[in-house]
Amino acid sequence: MRIVVASGKGGTGKTTVATSLALAAGEFVHFMDCDVEAPNAALFLHPVLDQHQEVGILLPVVDESLCTYCGKCAEICEFHAIAIIGKKTLVFPELCHGCGSCTLVCPEKAISERLDVMGVLESGMTATGIDFAHGVMNVGEPMAVPIIRQLKKWMPATPPAIEIRDAPPGASCPVVETIRGADFVLLVTEPTPFGLHDLKQVVGIARELGIPAGVVVNRDGIGDNAVEAYCTEAGLPILLRIPMERRFAEAIASGRTLVEAAPEYRQAFLTLLENITARAAV
Amino acid sequence: MKQLIILSGKGGTGKTSVTAAFAHLAAQSRFANQVILADADVDAANLELVLQPRLLEQQDFKGGKVAVINPDTCASCGDCVAVCRFDAINYADSLYLIDPIACDGCAACVYQCPSESITMHEQVAGKFYFSESRYGPLYHANLFPGQENSGKLVTLVKQRARLQALDENRELVLVDGPPGIGCPVISAVSGANLALIVAEPTVAGVHDMRRILQTVQHFGVHAVVCINKADIYPAGADDIEAFCRESGIGTVGRIPFDLTVARAMVAGEAVTAFQPDAPASLAIAVIWERVIPSLLESK
Repeated sequence: MRIVVASGKGGTGKTTVATSLALAAGEFVHFMDCDVEAPNAALFLHPVLDQHQEVGILLPVVDESLCTYCGKCAEICEFHAIAIIGKKTLVFPELCHGCGSCTLVCPEKAISERLDVMGVLESGMTATGIDFAHGVMNVGEPMAVPIIRQLKKWMPATPPAIEIRDAPPGASCPVVETIRGADFVLLVTEPTPFGLHDLKQVVGIARELGIPAGVVVNRDGIGDNAVEAYCTEAGLPILLRIPMERRFAEAIASGRTLVEAAPEYRQAFLTLLENITARAAV
Repeated sequence: MKQLIILSGKGGTGKTSVTAAFAHLAAQSRFANQVILADADVDAANLELVLQPRLLEQQDFKGGKVAVINPDTCASCGDCVAVCRFDAINYADSLYLIDPIACDGCAACVYQCPSESITMHEQVAGKFYFSESRYGPLYHANLFPGQENSGKLVTLVKQRARLQALDENRELVLVDGPPGIGCPVISAVSGANLALIVAEPTVAGVHDMRRILQTVQHFGVHAVVCINKADIYPAGADDIEAFCRESGIGTVGRIPFDLTVARAMVAGEAVTAFQPDAPASLAIAVIWERVIPSLLESK
């Protein structure tokens, strides 16, 4: 079963919920931090990261001795990432999506490909036996999606019983790539206008992909009741409420997980997992 | 004209609350009627929720194209699947279908289809808005859920804001940035004179602050740091200030954890206008006074 923890708005507690859910679930958990721009789950789960792999996209490399400057590659590139200027074929790596179309259409077979490293995948076990993996995007790189896509394929040899994916904030392509192929989307929100607005965006993605979803209300007690009203109206179950308590915020700030700081929540997360299992699309 | 962008790396550190407060403070200062606002977080655009502006103009944002297979001429050869690197083509009930959400719009399949059954279709990926807020003109947008090209929409929002500022000789463009360090952030940082990083004194916040600082520096933009919810974990706040001192980055103040910020959000007001004497409001006012000289000195 593949569970994605997403939110829309940043800082609502995705990593807090994802890490505590993984710890409560016990063995046979594969944890994947898909927030490759700001990967934080390792700071809480402390895996021993002993596997590393550089990842990126394949960029075209033009063999000038074979190129006839026919311009076919420039003509078909949707991203204007390759151009013929006089007797020179120029590749613009920052525009290239690595689709490989130019390599395929070149009549002279003058285009080969090289890996343009955009980041690294790392994996290893945690002390409690969670099989952990994350992607770390290099500073200055624009595209997170290729890293997330390859992270999802970088599976452990034995399929784990439960896979938990910690999603990036927002509601654009990196979030979609994280959610694709999942069986359940757990939406962590806070009861504020910002939390609600951004929650709706991700509900839109889950609905479009046809994946069941449920809500965790974090910092319950601040803000207003609009999230609650929306969930009722939209038929979204609220599966867990975590009250606004300063001791939680302080513990998480210092790098502790919620179930470590408040062991009484272990049972609540187990119940949450049972609820997800009952509703998931598997 | 100067451009100030508010960034954080980690989401939810308080970028939008600080931006809204700055918009309010600017309207009370020598910058009154000198400010253009831009919300560059187009997939979670929240500044409008605080400022509740009056919409003046909207237009469709054409993001990119997606491929569509014509089932009447498709010979079901599967050549398209073989070339697609985005896992966007599915086979079901003896039909090949393109998943528009997964499609990157590269058109590789179009050129490989032997029966010429695939064509590219432009998609409306979002909306671009121009509004009037009580603290000045606001450029903002809404990227539809799951769409690509957020960087392109951010660029459109910023360009329009900048053009109006130049046309009307306005002194300040105030930009609410997106979280992360990827394409929308890179588009948002472009052309900024100063970045104010809203950091959080948590292990995750410190980690992400370092990454956004590296990103901003990579693009040659000067940055200063303020610490929000500073008293939640004072050791973390000390770490941030020590890190900034060692790296030669200015720190411009600490904002205490204050639930007035959430109440202001619910009321649809900048915290500094909602309750000027709240601890967070007082701290943000001090930060504003410290940021302005850095901005005016910046190149």
